[in-house]
Amino acid sequence: MTVMTALILCAVLIAPDARAEELTADEIIARANQAAYYAGNDGRADVKMTIHTPPRNTRVREFTILRLNTEGGNQKFYVYFTQPADVRKMAYLVWKNVGPGQEDDRWMSLPALNLVRRIAPGDKRTSFVGSDFFYEDVSGRNLEADTHELVETTDTEYVIKNTPKDPATVEFAHYRVAIDKETFIPRKAEYFDKQGEVYREVEATRVETIAGHPTVMEAVVRDLKTRGHTVNEFSNVEYDLGLKETIFSERFLRRPPREVTQ
Amino acid sequence: MRLAVVITGFLAACLTAASAAPEESPSPLLEALDLQVNGFVDTRAGLRTQNDPAEHDDSLGELRLQLDVQRYFDKFTAEVRADFLYDWTGHNSHVDLERGEGWFDLREAHLLFSPQPWMDVKAGRQILTWGTGDLLFINDLFPKDWASFFIGRDEAYLKAPSDAVLVSLFPTWANIDLVYTPRFDPDRFITGERISFWNPATGNISGRDDVLQTDVPNDLFSDHEVAGRLSRNVNGYELAAYGYYGFWKSPAGMDPDTGDATFPALSVYGASARGQAAGGIANIEAGYYDSRDDHSGDDPTVRNSEARILVGYQRELARNLNATVQYYLEHMMDHDDYEHALPEGQHAADEDRHVFTLRLTQLLLGQNLVLSFFTFYSPSDQDAYIRPVATYKVSDDWMVTAGGNFFMGENDDTFFGQFDQNNNLYAGARYSF
Repeated sequence: MTVMTALILCAVLIAPDARAEELTADEIIARANQAAYYAGNDGRADVKMTIHTPPRNTRVREFTILRLNTEGGNQKFYVYFTQPADVRKMAYLVWKNVGPGQEDDRWMSLPALNLVRRIAPGDKRTSFVGSDFFYEDVSGRNLEADTHELVETTDTEYVIKNTPKDPATVEFAHYRVAIDKETFIPRKAEYFDKQGEVYREVEATRVETIAGHPTVMEAVVRDLKTRGHTVNEFSNVEYDLGLKETIFSERFLRRPPREVTQ
Repeated sequence: MRLAVVITGFLAACLTAASAAPEESPSPLLEALDLQVNGFVDTRAGLRTQNDPAEHDDSLGELRLQLDVQRYFDKFTAEVRADFLYDWTGHNSHVDLERGEGWFDLREAHLLFSPQPWMDVKAGRQILTWGTGDLLFINDLFPKDWASFFIGRDEAYLKAPSDAVLVSLFPTWANIDLVYTPRFDPDRFITGERISFWNPATGNISGRDDVLQTDVPNDLFSDHEVAGRLSRNVNGYELAAYGYYGFWKSPAGMDPDTGDATFPALSVYGASARGQAAGGIANIEAGYYDSRDDHSGDDPTVRNSEARILVGYQRELARNLNATVQYYLEHMMDHDDYEHALPEGQHAADEDRHVFTLRLTQLLLGQNLVLSFFTFYSPSDQDAYIRPVATYKVSDDWMVTAGGNFFMGENDDTFFGQFDQNNNLYAGARYSF
């Protein structure tokens, strides 16, 4: 029994260091998901989102995100808007539930009414605050929603083809993600329609290491059909601040915590 | 005088707007004072779609500057949010901070502090909201302003401020909110000033020449209100219990000697639950309205006790299209006694008032165009209220809006039917800074 336990423990401990060549597509995607969405126990970032709509329309949203990893891959997010003026002080709370068949819990505060509104679970491939990013790009797509296939390995990247298990729920036929072999940060995703044409790209255009975590500092999404694109610039990124779970509650929807107002 | 204030306000707004522009640094003065100043300039105009002999044809015509000044101190946060108003429809009257009339309205003025890590205190003028209904309120006994809502002001103006102290406690097992209002804050109830209504005292529709005469309890520390909520979030299911001790928030009785409308004593006990169900959000809320001045229900000058319940369900129908449906019931507790006591010839209200609501919200053009449709329909009162609103964000700073308020009913004395001479259309624009 003790020997068995020791063997299992060894296997678990060794697994993350397994030689890269031996990783399966599922393992690569799992590690990429970890690197992109779960770094540290918690984190914060200021985000400047610039939405470019042809021909010349530009809109800017600025917000602070707090994130806490909880149990079983679940996460809690607190988003506090500072721009534009009409949404200033609005807060948005998400309890991301990754269990099978589970939907996220979402709330929004409307400070002028001192109202906390519950938001119905929605299509995750809907625009996030009017940008070219989808809700799912921001909070992460469920790994179980697609089958993953390693289609190419270059000197620096793995290329994974992801095919939806339920094509009726999404607008793409499949998408390919190029993942950095060193950091496991997804560098570029291309979405293909049924004709096999790329119509949408999400790219990490600047990656820096912060507190030991490779971190996307700038991301761009391009809608190749509308020619619209949105740029997300991240700043003041911090990890492991020791955020308390109570921040992610109705109390702080009504009264923003110091962590976002400073 | 009023114009001078508005002009001064505008200059202040322009100065702040310039200094608050994201590309520029804040003005040195604001920086030195460490003040955050935000707000908007909002103008809107509305017209009645039918002639109402009791009211002006202009239902709305105003220019509003809101300034929201906030400062964070080490131990507390101070906030003042005030509106400066110019009304060109002849509704101008002297400033009344309780009624929200005149050129100045104070929306908020409070201090927020945490004497303990598990305690928040907000003291002063504030907007208070709780409960689970969508434009239906059972356990939210904080003041409403239905006239603002009906003439086409922004939806935020449905909530009127309270002058109160809110103490919130956060032990690990629940949240506890207690609100003490030292002097009764009634609704900014309908008097006939802007909206004509059924006046039970006269048995007629009353308007601006015949405004409601009221006797509002207003003795500090004796005509007070206490409201409480005990709430808990259990794995995403929000459960709450509520209590209220005070008065009916809108007229619910009559002084037989003077004929003045009164606000009889009221206590409310209730509960609610909200959480995910069947791919959407379901909510249920109930409350018992104990009309303390008429326990037996046989006093015709005091509204009867009632049981109220609502169930609601909202979900996404398609991408960027949301729907909410609700059913709401007001059940009169002592209907027989009420009917017995009713003066000869007076029309009796039903024992049960049933209301259904539907809200549809569609986001278009990159979520910059919001089309919203809200309707109340009561099969028992045979009346309805329809409220379409379109809002378009022209840019990050500018927003334009247009909408309407349409009332219909078989009878003049039902909740929505009484307003059927007040149908209106309005349009407006807002610059936020």
